[in-house]
Amino acid sequence: MTGLLILIPVALFLGAIGLAAFLWSLRSGQYDDLEGAAWRILQDDDEDK
Amino acid sequence: MTFTCCSFDPEGIRPFLLAGEEAERWVSDVGPGIKRIELLVPGAGRAALMPEIEAELAALPGVVAARVNLTGRRVAVTWREGEAEPQHLIDRLAAMGYAARPFDPRETGLLKDGRDGSRLLRALAVAGFAAGNIMLLSVSVWSGAEAATRDLFHWFSALIALPAVAYAGRPFFHSAAAALRQARVNMDVPISLGVVLASAMIMFETINQAEHVYFDAAVTLLFFLLAGRYLDHLMRARARSAVAQLMSLSAEGAVIVEGEARRCVAARDLRPGMIAAIAAGDRFPADGRVREGVSDIDRSLMTGEAALETVEAGSEVHAGTINVTGPLTVEITAAGADTFLAGLVRLMAAAEQGQSRYIRLADRLARFYSPAVHVLAAATLAGWLLLGNGWHASLMAAIAVLIITCPCALGLAVPAVQVVASGRLFRSGIMIKDGAALEKLASVDTAIFDKTGTLTRGEPELVAPRQVAAETLALAAGLAQASRHPLSRALLREAERRGIRPAAIDAISEHPGFGLAGTWGSAELRLGNRAWCGLGAATQDEGLLEFAFRKGAKEAILFRFQDRLRPEAAATIAALQARGIDVQLLSGDREAAVQRLAETLGVDHAIARATPQAKLAHVEALARAGRKVLMVGDGINDAPALAAGFTSMAPASASDIGRTAAQTVWMGDSLAAVTLALDVAAKSQRIARQNFALAIGYNFLAVPLAMLGLVSPLIAAIAMSTSSIMVVANALRLGLSRKPVAAGTEHERPAAHPMRQTA
Repeated sequence: MTGLLILIPVALFLGAIGLAAFLWSLRSGQYDDLEGAAWRILQDDDEDK
Repeated sequence: MTFTCCSFDPEGIRPFLLAGEEAERWVSDVGPGIKRIELLVPGAGRAALMPEIEAELAALPGVVAARVNLTGRRVAVTWREGEAEPQHLIDRLAAMGYAARPFDPRETGLLKDGRDGSRLLRALAVAGFAAGNIMLLSVSVWSGAEAATRDLFHWFSALIALPAVAYAGRPFFHSAAAALRQARVNMDVPISLGVVLASAMIMFETINQAEHVYFDAAVTLLFFLLAGRYLDHLMRARARSAVAQLMSLSAEGAVIVEGEARRCVAARDLRPGMIAAIAAGDRFPADGRVREGVSDIDRSLMTGEAALETVEAGSEVHAGTINVTGPLTVEITAAGADTFLAGLVRLMAAAEQGQSRYIRLADRLARFYSPAVHVLAAATLAGWLLLGNGWHASLMAAIAVLIITCPCALGLAVPAVQVVASGRLFRSGIMIKDGAALEKLASVDTAIFDKTGTLTRGEPELVAPRQVAAETLALAAGLAQASRHPLSRALLREAERRGIRPAAIDAISEHPGFGLAGTWGSAELRLGNRAWCGLGAATQDEGLLEFAFRKGAKEAILFRFQDRLRPEAAATIAALQARGIDVQLLSGDREAAVQRLAETLGVDHAIARATPQAKLAHVEALARAGRKVLMVGDGINDAPALAAGFTSMAPASASDIGRTAAQTVWMGDSLAAVTLALDVAAKSQRIARQNFALAIGYNFLAVPLAMLGLVSPLIAAIAMSTSSIMVVANALRLGLSRKPVAAGTEHERPAAHPMRQTA
């Protein structure tokens, strides 16, 4: 019982971190250009580093 | 009307001009001394071009970063204040071959779309999080957690569910409240009622340490419904942003002459009395009267007439027509709201308002569904009470009915189909502006086509004489090289097709209103209208365009042209007729030209010389007679009829106002897009109906069980998920058929078309 009382909130807290991360990524515009993002991963643009 | 910028405007792209104060509107501050602007670049549609554009812009002095948004065809650029100017960016892009202009999301309603979208997505995320966690807790309860442990789990569930319902349910609560305020019932009323009652009941049960609690049902329900809502939104937003991209390149201006000085003025700042210089190839920005110069103007977007009209000092010209052969100075007589064009826009708005409101399939169903659900729930409550089961058990049964009938499969049934269907059409270059248009396309029984620019390309083709000596064609083509006249262009294309090199002609001069003259060796060459080459007037109008050619003193030859049909035009008309759709032709062109085309295509009903008002009246008369009219047109003169039609389609090469008025816009040349759109619409309508049958069939099975009190939260959860998954899977069938379509080959470079508007 006590174990559950601790573990469930911990699990929920971890889940909430995931949710917050998603909401943050949404807000910071990471889903604005899904088409472009899919192509960018294929491009070699490392030369200027 | 399809002069691509390449054939029409050999000088390339004229960059959009940003006036000093004007620029401030688009620029935002993103940090100390750092400015940011978003430029719309419709040509940047290919992923391979992304690095090139970014590198070129980033190489400009002062530019901090440039990033392409491929979905929106935009480039966001940041630069250090004072070290770069937005105009440089636009000029650089123009030099690379991309037309660009500043992008303001407010202008097109895209900002609101974006906000709505992220609000729905946030609600969806919250509901998904809650549903997942509650489901985990519920599984423990279902697999045998008892007494204090169960109560603990229920309390945790309540803790998650209540805030989640309050947050994620808002879109439904708002919509239901709005409907009730207008004394209407929509699908959101039973949803909201079900969710709110369930939540209240859940709390009561939790407090009373009951065995069965419907937490997961309430939250999963919201999750599925929000998914449906988000899909619906996605489809509308996608279509709208595509149309907005087409629209936004149309902002135009004019070169105003003030004494010796010339300056650029945006179209909206033009005033009557100003003198505008209109170069050959430009569009008239406002109505006016010609002061100086002679030229031929192309009025096909206004009147549907393919032949050019000659104007000289004193002639009236209208906004939207194109000046083809010679430079003109025009005194503006009307601008903005006073122009002929603005009059048509008002006519269009009136036609739109006059249209009876179309009620979507889902809403029609909701009219019966919601009362039925509420009656069933009330009957359950009454029945259980009458059988002496006490308030508590009776209420629980009634709420179980409300939850089980909650239309989550229904809420997904149509949006899922429409998203898949519009995605399928989108890949083929057809953009549907909203779901209603898709439903309407499926029930069309009459199709009315405009002629010039819709059935034809507005691009003449040499049809007679069949046999021309290579030398003659080479000479004529040599003269034609110097002109922008569409018939000259057609001669050049013909010469190129036959592999004939145009001859080098000396001393070419263009005489607007007549034609071209030049010398070859000792002979004088003339190319132009009949009078120019010494021919008498035609005895009979056969609906062909003509260009006469004379060499020296010899008898002139007459080249005759016909407006070239769009690919698949005949096949499309035949396919529509085969489906029992009544096809009609409605054009502003001359009788002979219209009749000739009608005969070629096998259309019986053709009307010529129709004014915009006559077109509108014709469509409205058919609508009153109960016909469901699909209007297909491109011109400014078609816009009121497009707005009045039951539904409408326009090619992307259409006038801006035509594209705005039409509910569906297709890219590419082929007319096969019309049949494809009708096909997909019919199929999606069929699948939507199947989905409704599935969803309602599931209710038929589940409701009696719920009324008898046999539904536990576990059964509710399983039933709800399976019916939703079935409906979505059924909708996905629509995307499976990947028949290659002719129109699809065009969609990679649709952005080439709107550029014509600025050319």
